[in-house]
Amino acid sequence: MDPEARKVIELGYAGNERLVMNMGPQHPSAHGVFRAILTLEGESIVAVDAVIGYLHRCHEKLGETLTYVQYPSIASKTDYVAAMTSELAYVLAAETIGKIEVPRRAQYLRVIAAELQRIASHCLWLGTWCMDMGGALGGGATVFLYCFRERELLLDLFEALTGARLLYGFHQVGGTRYDAPAGWVERCRSTVDLVETRIDEYEAMLEDNAFFLARTQGVGVISRELAQEIGVSGPLIRGSGIAYDVRRVEPYSGYGDFDFKVPVETAGDCWARYRVRMVEFRESIKIVRQALESLPAGPISSRPGVKSVGQVRIGKGEAYARVEGPRGEVGCYLVADGSAKPYRMKWRGASFSNLAVLPHIVPGHKVADMVAIMGSVDPVFGEVDR
Amino acid sequence: MAPAVRDLIAAFILLNGVIGAVTYVTLLERKFTARLQSRIGPYRVGPHGLLQPIADALKLMMKEDVVPAAADRWVYNLAPLAFLLPCVLIFGTIPFAPGLGLADLNIGLLFFLAVSSLEIVGLFMGGWGSNNKYALLSAMRAVNQIISYDLPFIFVALVPVVLSGTLRLGGIVEAQRGLWYVAYPIIGQLGFLAYLVTMIAAENRVPFDILEAESELVAGFRVEYSGMKFALIQLAEYAHVIATSYLGALLFLGGWLGPGPGWLGAIWFTLKAVVVFLLVTWVRWSFVRIRVDQILGISWKLLLPATLMLLLATAFVVAWEGGGGVA
Repeated sequence: MDPEARKVIELGYAGNERLVMNMGPQHPSAHGVFRAILTLEGESIVAVDAVIGYLHRCHEKLGETLTYVQYPSIASKTDYVAAMTSELAYVLAAETIGKIEVPRRAQYLRVIAAELQRIASHCLWLGTWCMDMGGALGGGATVFLYCFRERELLLDLFEALTGARLLYGFHQVGGTRYDAPAGWVERCRSTVDLVETRIDEYEAMLEDNAFFLARTQGVGVISRELAQEIGVSGPLIRGSGIAYDVRRVEPYSGYGDFDFKVPVETAGDCWARYRVRMVEFRESIKIVRQALESLPAGPISSRPGVKSVGQVRIGKGEAYARVEGPRGEVGCYLVADGSAKPYRMKWRGASFSNLAVLPHIVPGHKVADMVAIMGSVDPVFGEVDR
Repeated sequence: MAPAVRDLIAAFILLNGVIGAVTYVTLLERKFTARLQSRIGPYRVGPHGLLQPIADALKLMMKEDVVPAAADRWVYNLAPLAFLLPCVLIFGTIPFAPGLGLADLNIGLLFFLAVSSLEIVGLFMGGWGSNNKYALLSAMRAVNQIISYDLPFIFVALVPVVLSGTLRLGGIVEAQRGLWYVAYPIIGQLGFLAYLVTMIAAENRVPFDILEAESELVAGFRVEYSGMKFALIQLAEYAHVIATSYLGALLFLGGWLGPGPGWLGAIWFTLKAVVVFLLVTWVRWSFVRIRVDQILGISWKLLLPATLMLLLATAFVVAWEGGGGVA
């Protein structure tokens, strides 16, 4: 951070002795490999210098060297906690350029996969966030294990659908690669029913808990103006009073067919972001139920199965496709030159944009709040560094 | 046998008993927690994981002992001992049954409270000697917390003293014959509740474990310790937890009093201590940690006045009824 920028962020500095402390890149609550250089005055943080880039894997360059058939399964690895989302963004961009139709069954399967992924991702968020606040040797670990119990069920669904539990390669240009196997729909329905009852349990455990309230309410407030200025998205911007959801603003993949609410909270603190995500759990379950109910019959892809990785070619053009991931707006900008590979691709990672808000809201809080705020932003560093 | 030799043997037995208790209390906690978290817990080493603590201890003994290059070697190496000593010493004054104990001092409770608060010296030595920023912050938090929580802890521990009129731990138990202090109208329940809260804080466990705080300060003052030194710190911490659980059972749950023949006393006492321990463990594994400023706020604004009022109220009640129990 350059000195000029730091001056803006630093709060009224009383001239006390300071301590510079490194948090990360190896740190229990770094959520991957994040390094925050904290300037402390006793326990209070006066400045934070966020250092990213420890997980850079040249994803955008990689996108230029891999074909439209190959890349979706690599796109999984940007946001590996919500792999379905980034795959979807990539194939949507390719389909927009090639003006490729997607069968309705494939669209609905995509929606189901994306919403199940949102639930799974929020499970991981809730667990790790509570672990950040409550410690691996405390109540946080209990919530973490409960959440992982439910996440396992969802991953089992993905395993039955695609054969993989973390990185799927489910989407392909023109549709999906796999159809729902026999009995999957019923299994999916009973799983989301179970998860819904468990969400009530989490709420009962956390929301009557005075310590949980003390740690989240009024902590890490993102004002409406700041949220717009930084360009945060997802639960962060909805927690700051702006009803912005790509699924609603610019429906894709048949989201217009479903009835769901976009939760909005106005406080902008960790508690507001928590509430937004808890409602999103339920809304996602609602969408999954509707999509399962009205799942159309028919083909799952408008293109025949490919025999070689270079077989899919799309015409010249460029497009930006965006989807609402669990962490916010995930965008993929694609420039095609008519060959089997894109000429250029660019990711807009939701975590990357959301993380930019950190240096603005952390100063003035205690060290312990740093991890609470960090957890409520819910970054995945695969997506930040790409 | 000379009394000195007899005492030495007794102390040796007690010390090893404490170490054995600590190893198996960790297993108890892990099993109990696993059930809370819908897991099974240690299961592979021995039947139902019964040998797990032994395996853990062996592992810790065989680990490399790393001393940071920039550490203050003397302070760093002495800290685990300085921490362990008071935590084990307090067992000396606990009577486990009538006549079964090292020394039932006439100022037993005072000794217990004074010595157990000495553990802060070891904590601070560890935090300071490690020459690590996390450890240093943790040591500062430790001092903050111990200062804030020892006062309410002492006040609430004095409630049974006022009721029974003696500082001798054995005397406090005998005074509860007929009515355990936890059943004493209003004062007893409030006192027991306050005791549990301050006990968790004095033990530095979640939600008051700001000095360990593994998600922000990694492991706080013990971040640089490994191998046997780490094991000693763990040992001290659990010994302290066990001792305060026994004290809680003694002050409020009537110690060794219970139905059945007299020799069952020690078993009753241990069972009650286990209940106190499990209550605390239950709290530990259901709450998130609170922040350092909130901890200080709770202590000074709520617990300190509340326990002081409780003590005063107890004194008034006792004066009203005309003098304490056995005196």
